[in-house]
Amino acid sequence: MSVLTLECISQEFGGLRALDSVYLSIEEKEIFGIIGPNGAGKTTLFNIITGIYVPTEGSLIFNGQRLNNVPAYEIAQMGIARTFQNIRLFNKLSVLDNVRTGSYGVSHSGFMAGMLGLPSSRREEKKILSNALQLLELVDLADKRYEYADNLSYGEQRRLEIARALALEPKLLLLDEPAAGMNSTEKEELMRLIRIIREQRQLSIILVEHDMNVVMNICERIAVLDYGRKIAQGTPEEIKNDDAVIQSYLGAGA
Amino acid sequence: MFFEQLINGLTLGSTYALIALGYTMVYGIVQLINFAHGEIYMFGAFAGLFLVAAFGVNIFWALLGAMAFCMLLGVVVERIAYRPLRGKSSRLSALISAIGVSIFLSTLMALLRGTNTTRYPQVMSDKTFHLGSVEVSSMQVIILLVSALLMVGLQLMIQKTRIGKAMRACSQDIDASALMGINVNRVISFTFAIGSALAAAGGVMVGIYYNAVWPYMGTMAGLKAFSAAVLGGIGSVPGAMVGGLTLGVMEIMGVAYLSSSYKDAIAFAILILVLIVRPQGLMGQKISKKV
Repeated sequence: MSVLTLECISQEFGGLRALDSVYLSIEEKEIFGIIGPNGAGKTTLFNIITGIYVPTEGSLIFNGQRLNNVPAYEIAQMGIARTFQNIRLFNKLSVLDNVRTGSYGVSHSGFMAGMLGLPSSRREEKKILSNALQLLELVDLADKRYEYADNLSYGEQRRLEIARALALEPKLLLLDEPAAGMNSTEKEELMRLIRIIREQRQLSIILVEHDMNVVMNICERIAVLDYGRKIAQGTPEEIKNDDAVIQSYLGAGA
Repeated sequence: MFFEQLINGLTLGSTYALIALGYTMVYGIVQLINFAHGEIYMFGAFAGLFLVAAFGVNIFWALLGAMAFCMLLGVVVERIAYRPLRGKSSRLSALISAIGVSIFLSTLMALLRGTNTTRYPQVMSDKTFHLGSVEVSSMQVIILLVSALLMVGLQLMIQKTRIGKAMRACSQDIDASALMGINVNRVISFTFAIGSALAAAGGVMVGIYYNAVWPYMGTMAGLKAFSAAVLGGIGSVPGAMVGGLTLGVMEIMGVAYLSSSYKDAIAFAILILVLIVRPQGLMGQKISKKV
């Protein structure tokens, strides 16, 4: 069964067509890669899925529900979480609070109950805390939990973004260039982490990534975007040997 | 003499700080200078006056009632005048809308009550305490205590509670907050409610302290508090507290040691100086422009 379906999604900015009739269908528990040259529309696609943009045409269906015109925070609460290409942590919150922030939207007792310190909300706060610590263990940041987020190294910040996204208990996780700026050891670690997350959390992952090694290694299926169009889709093997892909990456005539 | 002036300055300063907090919290989250904030303070003063005059309540019920009323007023103003503009039009439109609300509210009160100054009924016996050679009035003690209590409470709320963390998250990255499932509009409403309640508390206490309320009292107080917020670093909550107190003390010292005709000039001279020398304020962060 598919978790997320994009039907004929188009996005225009002024006269520019950033996405052109894109169909995508993400299956349960799959790791799906989206690749393409700069400006191909990959991040635009993420912004549409998470509700930052309302697509000019087409519809998005997540777990049987239409996402068009649903506000971003509700989409997040429904179970789509993301990380950002240029890291966007809450720099002046502690590592722990960054993760907890992700839990607040999906927690049941409201802000008022929290402020009055009602027993129900205190129990929930405890659950949120233990959940956050677990996530920090998972991304190996538990011992830095009281640091400000902006004191972390680059690779640590990327892992913290993943932990914060997981605090939403998503069914679909969008990773926007998670390997950017990482060295090869860190990339190995990241791939291991992504696989563990999928197994532990039973979720689907969409990965936008420039690093072909990473994409080909962990994705089960890959879609290729070029100038806002999907020019190919298939397994890593199929993509490697696809003529249209080779042309768009190496240029016509290659 | 000096210590008495210092107490006077701190008293005035804590009311500036209470108002400045509303400016700075709202600015921190939506980057809007809420020019209607001074009028919320004025409405707070009148709401307290109404409660005292109509029901003969004591100062604490007047404070609580005025704070509750202004919470509602602040939320309604945000809902009607700012939210429809957010995201759809430039920040300048919201600023102009704020100026419009400011004029609307003060004129509304002038229509309802006339433009004359109203005196507060006697709400408490006026005692004077002597600390050595320093004289402190009971109202000064109340202003200092209530302000301190409110500011400590605010700080605890921002640091410890869920909504406080949500507010901090929103002030750092509002879009990322929404993508983490935080209902940003609700956090903004809450911020307006809290800021307005603090301003209302300031309004009631100033009304009683100076024994005068009038429909345009929010204009000057609002501008002074705004200067205090800029002095402390707009967007910074501790900054607004420090800025308010500093401004109050400097103003009173200026009156005491220079001349009372400089009273209003001092606040704005400081505003201009801060903007030239240290635009991020005492405790604000330098904003590096995103490219």
